[in-house]
Amino acid sequence: MGELRLMKGNEAIAEAAIRSGVDAYYGYPITPQSEILEYLMSEEPYKRTGMVVLQAESEIASVNMVYGAGAGGKKAMTTSSSPGISLMQEGLSYIAGAEIPCLIVNVVRGGPGLGTIQPSQSDYFQTTKGGGHGDYRLIALAPASVQEMSDFVKLGFELAFKYRNPVMLQADGVIGQMMEKVELFDQMPRLTDQEIIAKYPWATTGKPKSRERNIITSLDLEALKQEEFNLHLQRKYKEVTENETRYELVNCEDAEYLLVAYGSSARISLKTVQLAREKGLKVGLVRPITLWPFPSKIISELADKVKGMLCVEMSAGQMIEDVILATLGKTKVLHYGRLGGVIPSPDEVLVALETQIIGGK
Amino acid sequence: MTEEIIIAGFGGQGVLSMGKMLAYSGIMQEQEVSWMPSYGPEMRGGTANVTVILSDQRINSPILNSFDTAIILNQQSMDKFEKTVKPGGILLYDTNGITKHPTRKDINIYVVEAAKESALMKSSKTFNMIVLGAYLKIRPIVEIENVIKGIKKSLPERHHHLIPMNVEGINRGLEIVQIINEVA
Amino acid sequence: MEDVKIEDVIKIEDIIKQENLVFSKTKNLTDKTMSFCPGCGHGVAHRITMEVLEEMGISEDTIGIAPVGCSVLAYEFMNIDMQQAAHGRAPAVATGLKRVYPDKYVFTYQGDGDLAAIGTGETIHACNRGENIVIIFVNNGIYGMTGGQMAPTTLAGMKTSTSPYGRDVETMGAPLKITEVVALLPGTCYVTRQSVHTPGNVRKAKKAIRKAFENQKAKKGLSFIEIVSNCNSGWKMTPVDSNKWMEENMFPFYPLGDIKDEFKLLQK
Repeated sequence: MGELRLMKGNEAIAEAAIRSGVDAYYGYPITPQSEILEYLMSEEPYKRTGMVVLQAESEIASVNMVYGAGAGGKKAMTTSSSPGISLMQEGLSYIAGAEIPCLIVNVVRGGPGLGTIQPSQSDYFQTTKGGGHGDYRLIALAPASVQEMSDFVKLGFELAFKYRNPVMLQADGVIGQMMEKVELFDQMPRLTDQEIIAKYPWATTGKPKSRERNIITSLDLEALKQEEFNLHLQRKYKEVTENETRYELVNCEDAEYLLVAYGSSARISLKTVQLAREKGLKVGLVRPITLWPFPSKIISELADKVKGMLCVEMSAGQMIEDVILATLGKTKVLHYGRLGGVIPSPDEVLVALETQIIGGK
Repeated sequence: MTEEIIIAGFGGQGVLSMGKMLAYSGIMQEQEVSWMPSYGPEMRGGTANVTVILSDQRINSPILNSFDTAIILNQQSMDKFEKTVKPGGILLYDTNGITKHPTRKDINIYVVEAAKESALMKSSKTFNMIVLGAYLKIRPIVEIENVIKGIKKSLPERHHHLIPMNVEGINRGLEIVQIINEVA
Repeated sequence: MEDVKIEDVIKIEDIIKQENLVFSKTKNLTDKTMSFCPGCGHGVAHRITMEVLEEMGISEDTIGIAPVGCSVLAYEFMNIDMQQAAHGRAPAVATGLKRVYPDKYVFTYQGDGDLAAIGTGETIHACNRGENIVIIFVNNGIYGMTGGQMAPTTLAGMKTSTSPYGRDVETMGAPLKITEVVALLPGTCYVTRQSVHTPGNVRKAKKAIRKAFENQKAKKGLSFIEIVSNCNSGWKMTPVDSNKWMEENMFPFYPLGDIKDEFKLLQK
């Protein structure tokens, strides 16, 4: 069993970064996730593992630093919160286009604009439907506990390098700021330069005479070649969808009604399931763990069995569009959410379920 | 067993660190724990509160609107949280600065004069430990030895010389808690 | 009179004899025909940069960062590992790479729009941190690739497609001497302004680039080399006229020579 600690979600991300052998963290402070950079700076991982930690001049610079290190085959990451992630969209599009593996963490806060520093899930569209320009996808993981904040850093890098694709870890202020028990995984070694050359032949590590030069770019001025490249991306995304779709089902076996929620909304909804069951209502929870690829298949299958689904999100209703697409009118799907940084309580979710889905027409 | 607790008071009273020690004590006892603070501008100055949950099972929502126990350390928090205690639950408070005392008859109410006691002990830093001791007298959900282990874990090493003082505070709290109202 | 064919006088077999070779291209350039306009300085700047790497024996350990602009396709011509960066972000990309490969050589190759307009923040901060990299900055006072729009370095009164009546400094701001700005920052160890329009200037520019990479080898900090160049297409002149215009108009405002040399400063 690994070391047990009581940690904030943000701290767990930072510690997991060190332990998963990350080579570089580049970041810029923004509430509610500044603890990540603070933790790393105070831990001095360059002494522990040789990991680089650098405070950049902006989120634009951070994400491009990640581009540079990732293109060299190194494990590089950055973290931010919504307004900062908006600034990174250009870089993310380039990273996706150049197929650079890396990890981006968004500890979401309420928007639009400067919004609020309170937790929110209103960046779902930005995470899953692009954000930047072009036909690209981020593999998006949604942790719902501090344990998953730690575990998904490791998992995120595994997926990023397996598919040469950027991975977005989309948390929110609740998961970032809360403390829970975490079982930390053991320190993994950083790869040596020789190991990187052997494992990632595409990386810009300096051109020896024995191979052609490596070029990391997202540019091809010939439309037909660019189309061919885009088709390659689409094939990759299909493979990711087939292999990497992740979700959790709670009390779904006999459920007549379902809550669909991810991240901290899923935690709140878990309590609602408990409250509903205490009242004799057969309620279950579907928790998407990957926001992209979205668990459409299981939601479609469940839609054949239940009388209705309530999507619980700290937004005006964004994930619900994917749930509606998955269910294709087979069952009633409605939204319940709070906006602008307000966190719904388990009781109000239960009231919404009872009035909108169970009692509603 | 699941114990859902809100601790609320002024910033600087050690509300968050008391919650952290309690949560760490839970880990020492192989329980699941969560610690969810109110955060934001209110961190600086004003009121501070933290929801702490200890359980034998996976913890669902870290954010709640009713609690098994409310530990209340100022009037604003009394106004806000007295009504959130579940019927039959616990309200523990320090009378210092309280002008409107709790009136509910369906909950167990206790008082700990922690501010006064810490002044007598000439150690304002023991305040939150006295409160914690009082709580553990009413609800012995974690063993004192695990609390001490938890304190060790949650304090950086350079503060470990403060541990005996903290233990003294907890012991004092165990002794001085008073019953105001108990429901059957 | 009998026709004399040129092939009978000058035999190609003689020309390509090894002993008659007076110039050969560095192996660090690919065989791809350069896409730059005839007369443009980019080709020479590419060549001397690549020659320096070959002469120093560091080609295998060097990674270049291409910008957005005319030199966006630098990786087509430079036969080393290359990354292509988003517009203006090359210094950040280079920072990210160099920090994880401190023993490799990293350089950016950027134009004026890339380095001194959209990427000013990244430029200033990489220079200020003293990232141990080389920045090669080609300043031709115009946006060449997009068709001759006004650049941050466009001279006062100069006509471009977005300043068709000449750059009005009252409303469009004055041309930015970014090189003088970065010379003020503590992180730069060597800041110089060169040109590549005459053989003499090419030699000087190459020497400056060599010095910049030597600085990187000695871990001295950031070396910044501006190359004032022409853009005959964008300026709508013949190559010869554009070089003359550059000497008469660009050089008085952007004077050639070293602006900062930490090594010399220390010697004083």
